Order: sequence, then C-alpha cells, then structure tokens
Amino acid sequence: MTEIRNYTMNFGPQHPAAHGVLRLVLEMDGEVVQRVDPHIGLLHRATEKLAETKPYNHSIGYMDRLDYLSMMCNEHGYVRAIEKLLGVEPPIRAQYIRVLFDEITRILNHLVFLGTHGLDIGAMTVFLYTFREREDLLDCYEAVSGARMHANYYRPGGVYRDLPDRMPLNEPSKWHGEKATAKRNANRLGSLLDFIEDFAERFPGCVDDYETLLTDNRIWKQRTVGIGVVSPERALQLGFTGPMLRGSGVEWDLRKKQPYEVYDRMNFDIPVGANGDSYDRYLVRVEEMRQSARIIKQCIRWLRDNPGTVMLGDHKITPPSREEMKEDMESLIHHFKLFSEGYSVPEGEVYAAIEAPKGEFGVYMISDGANKPYRVKIRPPAFVHLSSMDEMCRGHMLADVVAVIGTLDIVFGEVDR
Amino acid sequence: MLTNQSILHWVQDNLPEALVRHSEHCGQLTLEVNRDKLLDLCYQLRDNASTSFEQLIAVCGVDYSQYGYSEGGLPIQTFSGQQELSEYVPEAAQETAHQWEGPRFAVVYHLLSLIHNARLQLRAYPDEDSLIVSSVVEVWDSANWFEREAFDLYGIIFEGHPDLRRILTDYGFIGHPFRKDFPLVGHVEMRYDPEKGRVVYQPVTTQPRTLVPKVIRKEGYYDRNS
Repeated sequence: MTEIRNYTMNFGPQHPAAHGVLRLVLEMDGEVVQRVDPHIGLLHRATEKLAETKPYNHSIGYMDRLDYLSMMCNEHGYVRAIEKLLGVEPPIRAQYIRVLFDEITRILNHLVFLGTHGLDIGAMTVFLYTFREREDLLDCYEAVSGARMHANYYRPGGVYRDLPDRMPLNEPSKWHGEKATAKRNANRLGSLLDFIEDFAERFPGCVDDYETLLTDNRIWKQRTVGIGVVSPERALQLGFTGPMLRGSGVEWDLRKKQPYEVYDRMNFDIPVGANGDSYDRYLVRVEEMRQSARIIKQCIRWLRDNPGTVMLGDHKITPPSREEMKEDMESLIHHFKLFSEGYSVPEGEVYAAIEAPKGEFGVYMISDGANKPYRVKIRPPAFVHLSSMDEMCRGHMLADVVAVIGTLDIVFGEVDR
Repeated sequence: MLTNQSILHWVQDNLPEALVRHSEHCGQLTLEVNRDKLLDLCYQLRDNASTSFEQLIAVCGVDYSQYGYSEGGLPIQTFSGQQELSEYVPEAAQETAHQWEGPRFAVVYHLLSLIHNARLQLRAYPDEDSLIVSSVVEVWDSANWFEREAFDLYGIIFEGHPDLRRILTDYGFIGHPFRKDFPLVGHVEMRYDPEKGRVVYQPVTTQPRTLVPKVIRKEGYYDRNS
C-alpha cells in the first residue's frame, strides 16, 4: 500500500481569484483542505504610521485607498473620529449627503462583490451587468468630487462642497455618434439628484436581473449552499461584523443599533440569513442593495426640499470661501494657518465606528493635543474576516477555497493597510 | 440598559483587584486593567450575563514614548533638501503639554456587547522590561491576528498566543516599525541588482523629512478672546 502524505500547496499571491495579493499556504489531503495559512501584508503601506506623521486633514486621502471599493465609507469613519474628538457636528444637510453617499458606496461595493464572486466561481455574465451599473455610480462620485474613486470628499465639519446642479455629459466619439450620445445623455440633463433618483428608480429592476441569473441557478447553488458555514456563536467569537454576521442570523447593524448621522430618520430593513453559508451571505448582500436604494430615495426627497450649508462655518477647522478671502484679512489668515499648520485637536482618545459595506469600520484615535494624531488604529472589517479563513475552509475542497474568498468580500487595501 | 456607570460598578463589585484606574472620554469608558488579572476580567466580562461582551472588536498597541512632545524648533528637511532651522517655534509648545507618565507601551482592547448594545475599552500595560502581556485569544478568537499585528508592529509579546508570528511586514523583517523611534522611511530599501540577477537589500537612500512640524497648542488657543 502506498503511503499518502499531506500535500502543501501555494496559492497566490498572483492569482486572479485571490482578490489582490493574498498568498495562501494550503495543506491538502488529496483535494480536501486540511489547513489554510493566509500570508498577508504584501500591500502593507503603514497607513496608520503615515497618518501619525501628518496633520489631520492630510490623511483623508489615505482612507480612500484602504478599502478601495468603499471609498467614502472609510473617509466617513476617519472624519467621524476627528469630529468626535473636536466635539463638532456637521450641518444637517451634510449629514444627509453623507448618508446618501454611504449608501451609494454600499451599492458600489456590493456590485463588485457580486460580480467578482460570480466570476470566481464561473458565472461570467453577472460581472458584466454589475459593472454597467457601477459605472453610473462612479459618475456620481465624479460629479460631486471630481474623482471617480478616491474622492476625498468628506471633511471634518461637513462635506467638501454641495451637490452640483448638473451632470457632466458624454460627448460624441468615434464609437458613439450624435444620436447614440443623445440617448446616453438622456438621464444626465438634470441635476445630480435627478440622476441619482433615476438610478434609484431603475436599480431594483437591475437587482432582479442579477437574481434571475444567480438566485435559482443550479450551478450557483451547488457552489455556494453549505460552503463556509459559520454558526452565530462562532461568528461572534471570530469578530464578524456586517453582512458576514448577518448572514449567520445575528441581527446587528450599526446603522440601526448605534445610529450615526441621520440614519435614525431613515426607513429600512436589515436582512438576515438563516444558515450562515455563502449562499445566505449572498442573499443578504443582494437585499442590502435594495434597502440602500430605498435609503437613497429618502435622502433625495429631503435634500431637494432643504437647501442649506454643507460645511461648518468655524474656520479654525474648515477653509473659508475664496470670496471671503478676497475681502477679509482674517479669512486669509485662517486659510493660511489651516493649510500650513492645520488645527490642534484636544487631548483625548476616541473610537468611532461606522457600518461600512463590509462590516464595522472603526477608527481609534489618540490625540495629545497636537495638529497630528498621536495614534491612529484602523479596524478593518476584512482583516478580521480573513483571519477566519482557516476555520471556514477546513474540510472543503480546493475549489471551495475560491468560493470562501469570494464570500468573505476582502480587499487588500484594508487588510494590509 | 448597560451604561458606563453600571459597567464600572459591576467591575468594582466583582473584580476590584483587576481595576487600576478608569477614565471616560467622548462617552467612552476606558478601564485600566492590572495585567495579571486581565484574563480573569475578560472571561468574566464575556461570560457574565450582566455584561456579556461577546465580541472583541480590535486590539492595538500604543507607543507613548513621544506623547506630548512637539517638533517645533527641530531642523526641518525642506523640499530643496537642505537642512535649515525652522523659525516656526510655537510659543505654547511645551509648557502646557501633558507629558505621559505611564509605561511606554500599552495594549488597548475594544469590546462590544450585542445584547446590551454597549462598548468598552480596556487598557493593559505589558511588563516594561520583557513587554509580556497575557493573550486573550482563548477568550475571543478574533484577538488572534490583532495580537500578531501588535507583536509585529510594536514587539509586544502575548503570552499564550498559539502562533505569534509576524503578519504585516516582510519575511525576515528586522525591527518593529510602528514604534515611535523607527523612522518613517525605514532602514533598508530593496532593488533589483542586475549583476547579481536578484533582489538585494541596501540601506535607505532617502532622507526622512518633516513637511509640517508637530505643534501642540494649549487649551483655548483658538478662542477669539484669549
């Protein structure tokens, strides 16, 4: 009889299904996984240390680059920590805009999750559909901040500027003639809010399309049902948050339980799973997209009726307008001080958490009273989720490892920081 | 409803020897814990129905060695690369700054109770010579990678951790990069050596530079009338 030994296999770091630079050392018994040892840190940039050597406002851009699929939610967590330390609250309109863009970001993130998760386990088409809708949302990012991904839009004390009155239009090109361009521009003729509203109206129909492709698909179910099952008790032990926790049947959502900004005025439901497998987590995320569209509509209704300021008038922490600077010496001084030295934050420590699309994104910040944070600790949800990889994969086949990576919804920008 | 007060009373009643000090900031209670009693307290906080902190949200290390020091008056590397003495000496730099009196390193734990919808922060100081503190992996599994991270970045040793390896830094990395005395640019850089035909490490060629010095302003500095 031949002796059968466990086989050690290397997976990644350059593997299309590894969602970035993840290296897994797999111990296999035939095709069954015995042990998984994820090696991370290949994208480590010391974001926290960089943030500790720069004035507060300089690091907002780094936050975009953490979880680069849910950019504004990361900014939100960081900005909220500063605001809590300063003891300021942004104007109500800015809070609505933040909620609006948090939900847009949630849809953005879940669309990539859905597309790549499908792609990983063999469903090619859904990827093309989700990226079509994602394009519209990235246009919203662009219209409001000028950047399609790394927006740098949230600032301590509000948001950088108010929503624009018009959308940028597509221009005719070699590939799209006059007529086709006019058709593409049909929903861009109004303001940004009109465009988002049009999106929120048709988006639930798009989600229906994705669901016809996947939810009752036999192959999809074979690949996800019963894969990576996590019981509610284990999910709590492993520190799961967000859709990973809700997929295991624990009803916990910071937007409802510890509401921040204006989430307490929003009407939405929290979907939970029953079995805690990959399929349930998929269903939870799909339902979350529908709920996000609901929240977006409520925000739009309010934002239309209530114009107002979107940034605090305290020029110790927010820049004065260009116009004021031309007239007023003090504004000029404020501007100079703010962009050279920054502002000092009272001594203390704070932990601020928000419900990012992937789970609880927290920022723990210690200030010693200087213009730079003394210590910034980022609590990324995907880092914690990835640490459960070993437990979730044990006893599954090699092909299921890919399904588990997909369902974890990890992004290496925030795992490695 | 589990308030900060009731958590504090509960700890004072049940395990008074574990509690060294407590503070509250921005509505967030922090308990400073005697490191010998850390595990006892964690088990009790998790298992007792009146607290039931069933989730550990994060663990992080802190290095307090430069707490309360500003960089005003230090030589600043400018864009052009020459050293010049900054004229930027803040008047209120040192006198009001609160200097850190505790040990250099600390470990901070963030707990969350889903049942009571409450958060709690614990803070423990590792032994100052050996940097050893007990691991809480046996209480919450989520501590595993966070403790590896704190070991990697600060060199804090967690006693009882099943697999204390580096996690974020390179294979064979030397030093603990998040300590305040570790320069931001690091000590070594990597490049491809065409003669040797492989990647080599060499001392860094870039200079560390401070674009904006750290300044500590005294309380009320921003008030218009002061």
